[in-house]
Amino acid sequence: MNPVPLAIRLEGCARTFADGTRALEPLDLDIRAGETLVLLGPSGCGKTTTLRLIAGLERPDAGGRVLFDGEDVTARGIEARHVGMVFQSYALFPNMTVAENIGYGLRIRKLPIREQRARVGEMLAMMRLEALADRAVDQLSGGQRQRVALARALAVRPRALLLDEPLTALDAQLRDTLRMEINLLLRGLGITAIYVTHDQAEAMALGDRIVVMAHGRVAQVGTPRDIYHRPASAFVADFIGTMNRVRGSETADGFACAGGRLRLPPTGRGAAAVMFRPEDVRIAADDETADLAGTVTASFYLGDRTRLFVDIGDECPLTVESSARCTFRPGQAIRLNVQPDGLLVL
Amino acid sequence: MPPLIFSLQLAFTLAVCAFLIVPVVLSVLAGLTVNYFVGLESGLTLKWVIEVWNGYRDTLFRSVGIALACLALTLVLGVPAAYALARAKSRLGRAFEELLMLPVAVPGLATALALIASYGALSGFRTSWAFILVGHALFTLPFMLRAVLAVLSAIDLKTLEEGAASLGAGPWQRFVHIVLPNCRDGILAGSLMVLTLSMGEFNLTWLLHTPLTKTLPVGLADAYASLRLEVGSAYTLLFFLMIVPLLLAMQALARPRRRRFIPADDTDLAPLALKP
Ligand SMILES: Nc1ncnc2c1ncn2[C@@H]1O[C@H](COP(=O)(O)OP(=O)(O)OP(=O)(O)O)[C@@H](O)[C@H]1O
Ligand SMILES: [Mg+2]
Repeated sequence: MNPVPLAIRLEGCARTFADGTRALEPLDLDIRAGETLVLLGPSGCGKTTTLRLIAGLERPDAGGRVLFDGEDVTARGIEARHVGMVFQSYALFPNMTVAENIGYGLRIRKLPIREQRARVGEMLAMMRLEALADRAVDQLSGGQRQRVALARALAVRPRALLLDEPLTALDAQLRDTLRMEINLLLRGLGITAIYVTHDQAEAMALGDRIVVMAHGRVAQVGTPRDIYHRPASAFVADFIGTMNRVRGSETADGFACAGGRLRLPPTGRGAAAVMFRPEDVRIAADDETADLAGTVTASFYLGDRTRLFVDIGDECPLTVESSARCTFRPGQAIRLNVQPDGLLVL
Repeated sequence: MPPLIFSLQLAFTLAVCAFLIVPVVLSVLAGLTVNYFVGLESGLTLKWVIEVWNGYRDTLFRSVGIALACLALTLVLGVPAAYALARAKSRLGRAFEELLMLPVAVPGLATALALIASYGALSGFRTSWAFILVGHALFTLPFMLRAVLAVLSAIDLKTLEEGAASLGAGPWQRFVHIVLPNCRDGILAGSLMVLTLSMGEFNLTWLLHTPLTKTLPVGLADAYASLRLEVGSAYTLLFFLMIVPLLLAMQALARPRRRRFIPADDTDLAPLALKP
């Protein structure tokens, strides 16, 4: 019953706006049929522009091509591309009820009235909006609007669904719930989905693969695991999660730096800086040998854990996490062990 | 509030109202009295109203006809123009918008003279009511345009249209299904404005009319200038009967629409019903 998902390919798609803004450098991207691809990056990096290129709301500069299942659709407008789209502002039609909004695409496609009704009913049931079918869209809460937008895009059974920050307009708690639901929904439908966000937690939770973008370029494409544990650049490493950076020099038996020595496996490249995540650091017991020694400069109680800033004499303090039960005072001496396999050299 | 201040305010308000309303009432009464100079003692009559109806009926119909034609013209020109302006957010568009207000700022006399100077020689056109229609359309178009543009600028038209396009709607379908219904209030307000303005327009029409293309306000001026005061007043009465419903409708539209309040919050958002 579900339509066959679409494979999408961008070839050399750049986008320069009329005012000269280069929103996108030539971009190549392969989106596999049925996968959820997340476009992640800071504000203004070109995520929306990429999505709009795929949708057909923008045309690439000369030379760029958009392919759907190998077929060139660059010249086709959005009306003819049959992709579903969920806008950040939802773009629900204020002159129509919830049911009319959901059924609009079916009405345009001139489906028999009976089938239109059935499909709208199906979508209303799936989204649990039955009670709101005849309500005006300006009488809906944020979460309900979001669902109507999703239902409207899915009612026409598109082969790909494009979502531009669909949860940004909602409050934090609801965002968590809906993120899980969207995840289940996309997987249940098996549809190709392209999801734009600037929230890395959202990207991690939803993406089969994540495209990290910066300044109109792709910084890295990979699974959430790849992106988190094997960032391709300092930008990606800093943008996703928290990353500690220590300067020093590689020696025969590790990496010498302020505060001690890290057990870095030989890289053969003469590393001058090493990075690691807070969760790869353990606070050493008193009788243990330790890699680094420093002093606590600040400690934040986060409920489930305590976050510490530790000065080891380098430029930036290290971020370290400990179990919530331990207490630390600023100025207290502390010794740290860093897991060798958590050490990254770029 | 101390009662004294309240009484004073009330008295002042009533006085101002009386100042505005008394002449209207007197004028209406004048149209219904047998002899205005004798006063109400002379009795009430519909004689004058009937006289006006018999003598000036054509001006009334002409005015209504011109107003309706003017409405049609401003709708056909104004709504698409407002749509185009709302979409083109360029500086050129804004300059054009200012330019469209020109016929309102320029005295009607000047517009009329310009029309006569340009087209006066086309005698068939000059002597037809279409000549007046052109003047009225020039004068009222900005009001229609502004009313529609105000509504269109308040909604995120671009995204709504993109939403419709993503569901397969072409340009014409988007215009009919999305744009028009969402600027309905603006169109209604603009329409009433155009009807009222066209119906009461005198400056332009005075210069553009010929003896055979008198409109209601022009006929009214004639009646006051050359006939009995009672006839002119009866004429005013007829004019009121036509224009007051329009004004009331306009008032009703200007009032913000009140909606049933339905509290919407997300606490009762049921989980999705996904098939396994
Ligand atoms: N119509 C336009 N005309 C000119 N410049 C534009 C236009 N649309 C976007 N830009 C610019 O192109 C760049 C990329 O924009 P884009 O909307 O793709 O960013 P984004 O990654 O979606 O950002 P955000 O997270 O803020 O939505 C930005 O610098 C933006 O200012
Ligand atoms: Mg964006």
